Amino acid sequence: MVEGEEIRIGVYVCHCGVNIAAVVDVKKVAEELSKVPNVVVAKDYQFMCSQPGQNIIVEDIKEHKLNRVVVAACSPRMHEPTFQRAVERGGLNPYLFEMANIREHCSWVHEKEKSAATEKAIKIVKAAVAKARLLKPLKVEKVKVIPRALVIGGGIAGIRASLDIANAGFEVHLVETRPSIGGNMARLDKTFPTLDCSQCILTPLMVEASRHPNITLHTYTDVVSIDGSVGNFKVKLLKKPRYVNEAKCTGCGVCVTKCPWTVPSEFDLGLGKRKAIYFEFPQAVPLIPVIDPEHCMYFQKGTCRACEKFCPPKAINFDQKPEEIELEVGAIILATGYGLYDVAKNMPEYGYRKYKDVITGLELERLVSATGPTKGHILRPSDGKEPKKVAIILCVGSRDEKHLRFCCRFGCVAGLKHAYYIVSHIPDAEVYICYRDIRTFGKGYEEFYERIRSYENVKFIRGSPMEILQDADGSLYFDVFDANTNRVVTLRPDLIVLETGIVPHPTFKEVAKVLKCSVGPDGFALELHPKLRPTETSVDGVFLAGAVQGPKDIPDTVAQAGAAASSAIALMSRGYVETIPYVSSINEDLCSGCGICQPLCAFDAISLVKKEDGKQVAKVDISKCKGCGVCVAACPSGAAQQLGFDDEQISAMVRTLTG
Amino acid sequence: MSKPKLAIIPGANCAGCDYSLLDLGEKIIDVLIATEIAYWPTAADLKLEDLEKLPDGSIDIVLFEGAVNNDETEEMAKLARKKAKNLIAFGACACFGGIPGLANVASRDSILQKAYIKSLSTVNQQGIVPYKITKVDGGELTVPELLETVKSLDQVVKVDYYLPGCPPPLKLTADALVAALSGKLPPKGTVFGSMKSVCDDCKRIRENKRITEIKRYHQIVPDAEKCLLEQGIVCMGPATRGGCDAICPTVNIPCRGCMGPTSESRDQGARMLSALSSVIGLEGEAGVSDEDVRKLVLQIKDPLGTFYRYTLPKSIMRRVWGVRE
Ligand code: SF4
Ligand code: SF4
Ligand code: SF4
Ligand code: SF4
Repeated sequence: MVEGEEIRIGVYVCHCGVNIAAVVDVKKVAEELSKVPNVVVAKDYQFMCSQPGQNIIVEDIKEHKLNRVVVAACSPRMHEPTFQRAVERGGLNPYLFEMANIREHCSWVHEKEKSAATEKAIKIVKAAVAKARLLKPLKVEKVKVIPRALVIGGGIAGIRASLDIANAGFEVHLVETRPSIGGNMARLDKTFPTLDCSQCILTPLMVEASRHPNITLHTYTDVVSIDGSVGNFKVKLLKKPRYVNEAKCTGCGVCVTKCPWTVPSEFDLGLGKRKAIYFEFPQAVPLIPVIDPEHCMYFQKGTCRACEKFCPPKAINFDQKPEEIELEVGAIILATGYGLYDVAKNMPEYGYRKYKDVITGLELERLVSATGPTKGHILRPSDGKEPKKVAIILCVGSRDEKHLRFCCRFGCVAGLKHAYYIVSHIPDAEVYICYRDIRTFGKGYEEFYERIRSYENVKFIRGSPMEILQDADGSLYFDVFDANTNRVVTLRPDLIVLETGIVPHPTFKEVAKVLKCSVGPDGFALELHPKLRPTETSVDGVFLAGAVQGPKDIPDTVAQAGAAASSAIALMSRGYVETIPYVSSINEDLCSGCGICQPLCAFDAISLVKKEDGKQVAKVDISKCKGCGVCVAACPSGAAQQLGFDDEQISAMVRTLTG
Repeated sequence: MSKPKLAIIPGANCAGCDYSLLDLGEKIIDVLIATEIAYWPTAADLKLEDLEKLPDGSIDIVLFEGAVNNDETEEMAKLARKKAKNLIAFGACACFGGIPGLANVASRDSILQKAYIKSLSTVNQQGIVPYKITKVDGGELTVPELLETVKSLDQVVKVDYYLPGCPPPLKLTADALVAALSGKLPPKGTVFGSMKSVCDDCKRIRENKRITEIKRYHQIVPDAEKCLLEQGIVCMGPATRGGCDAICPTVNIPCRGCMGPTSESRDQGARMLSALSSVIGLEGEAGVSDEDVRKLVLQIKDPLGTFYRYTLPKSIMRRVWGVRE
């Protein structure tokens, strides 16, 4: 388009079969529009989106020397790209196109007012023409994608996603805040409904991840900052000091045996003990211990150094410093997983942490695990005795307006599995499952439920317990109203297992802030579309795997991890991304650098810079701008304009519609 | 060759713009020497008839001060237009309706009732309210009648140039006069002032516009270096046309907006409102309840006088009541 060139607009009114034409008099719309200044041709057609429909546009552009095109049809969400491509085929910049929605905005909502609908359609199309006159060609740029991915979180989701990407031939950096990868799945004894040994199916994947030539593991490492945008993220990691030289350490574990200090183990959720120098768990990957300086006598008092003395390869290094690592990646996968709802604090009526024999389902997993604190024997924490009567309470915190509104999606079946643990370890034990509904949606879950339900010593009570209380003799009891029998039952279990609700892992909050990705009302990462784009986030190039997006069991987590990996692979194998044309554009001649816009941008696209004359102005990084328009609406001086939606264009539309 | 003619015509004004001309100091003598005063009731002994007698379009520069608020100022505006070759809206009131324009929040009748009957300090036993023709003891009085709506000059007649400010910054007045006298006026419609907002001229340091609390001016002693808005004081600088050298913020006074909207904005108050409401309470926005938002916003006292102090008549907001058929 040359400056000052005559504006020649083609207007095409679509019938959309009968969707539009049955209500709006499309012929009249075209006729009226043909009288509007600058409109060179105005036609109506059955299906503008069809190939022949698009061809009309292509041919008219050539024949009538059109330099703007308006299609009056359905919602631009549907077919704007279709027509933009047609306009492009006609030889015009695709953004010299404007769409008028006379279906959703007119025919569909005015079925009974045909003549008024026609009038309205004419106005809508005239407004589009008013904007079309002022359209300017816009540019889309191609930005290269760095063929390397970052995966945040080393649980099953992160491991699976990393392996998939690595197997596709791309480099992966897998970051885990704990000293070992494995996540919550490593804590489980068995997985439902097949009752596979969790470690047995997880460990090979952990080892594969650590050995894969395309995967670099960053354990005991946190994400500090992420800048840049899709295709070109700049990531800063902070590797916490283990105080053990990873290159020298052979994982022999002598240090751990020699260390004289013990503290509660995080991995065993406080049920077991670990040393001040410890392996996260016996199958840890990498198998390198860490010193916890808060409990190490050397760090606290300056004495001991037992580990250093006995370490055969002299791997202990008390002077190790945190190490900053910088990476450039093209795609990011968030797989930070989940944490447990804080029942002790938020639901004191369950007596969790108050009574030793009230434990969580995850804690039971540790008690059952052969590598756990009781070497796989179910012994209750208070006196180390085998419990003969166990109550399992489902939905603790979940599906509860006052706590977590959502279902944790694995508590029910985990509860059934826990009943199985009890009766298979202690055949003469009695188990009571207090439930609200049993939700067994997964493959094989209903069958598993039937199986547990058939056990004579597993009883189902439909109801949530009232307060858990302690008798003078120390025994725990509670009342529960069984809705199936309409009776209040009093239970005196030796052990109470709470299937607690879950929340996003505590590290996610920080990561979300660093990434500026949207977070849903429950604190989980918000996907771009709950059905159609469940692995994508509001930040391009950042994908979701596993419970970071919402509660999930292992099969769903693994499936989503694969999907997230394939999204990342697709992005990296294409090799480039296109910028959005509708970005914010700040006119330096008008911007006073007041700084209003800068903190508003959710994508961190705006920075305030000093010009040579010392004056401050705002600048937009178009590779980050999403064209959300927030800065444009806020700019008090009108310096910020959104390309394709500038003040002039919008005012012209408003004037036409109201005039 | 005869000297160019200059007229200064008052509308609904406070004469502040007039006095600001005196700030030209000795330069005013140059102006007086270079021009022939056609009309300037404040300074020259010329009558309205003298102005009316001049041929139409014969006055080279007419500065019109003040808003248009009654049938007399409306007449003066039309007369100014008729006689002027170049009509300049001089000062915020002429440009945007200014302080008198704040009257547009009420109807004419309610204003008259308040001023002449209801206000506590009024003693008006006969209940006389001055309309065009008002019956008083012993006869009838004819006084200018208030219009229903206060208008800016360009809402009444076509305006050639705008010199905003309350009063207009001296430098801009001098620029305009020099340009006019040397025949080098910019294209018609030009507003004398900067293309950018007051912030561009302001030397205060701006680093973080996340405002958590609005403070009134008397509540704090503002830091002399930091942007006032960032300290919670509502400064209209970001939404106000520059050109005044940010003299107010420079002396710790927040900008009140007398230079009107910036070149690309049509509604100064709305622009500032959307800017301020975007940044206020931005920190921790996710957890903010409707009640918190209300509290934050209620910290702004006198929103109308804050955001529309000088520009209410030119706002794109429309009066929905008080419009007569
Ligand atoms: S003793 Fe040394 S080599 Fe062995 S595990 Fe400890 S640090 Fe590693
Ligand atoms: S809000 Fe507008 S004037 Fe202020 S810095 Fe941003 S673009 Fe510039
Ligand atoms: S339009 Fe939105 S994304 Fe773009 S710079 Fe402005 S605030 Fe940021
Ligand atoms: S003090 Fe006022 S004029 Fe100065 S930078 Fe801040 S907002 Fe702008």
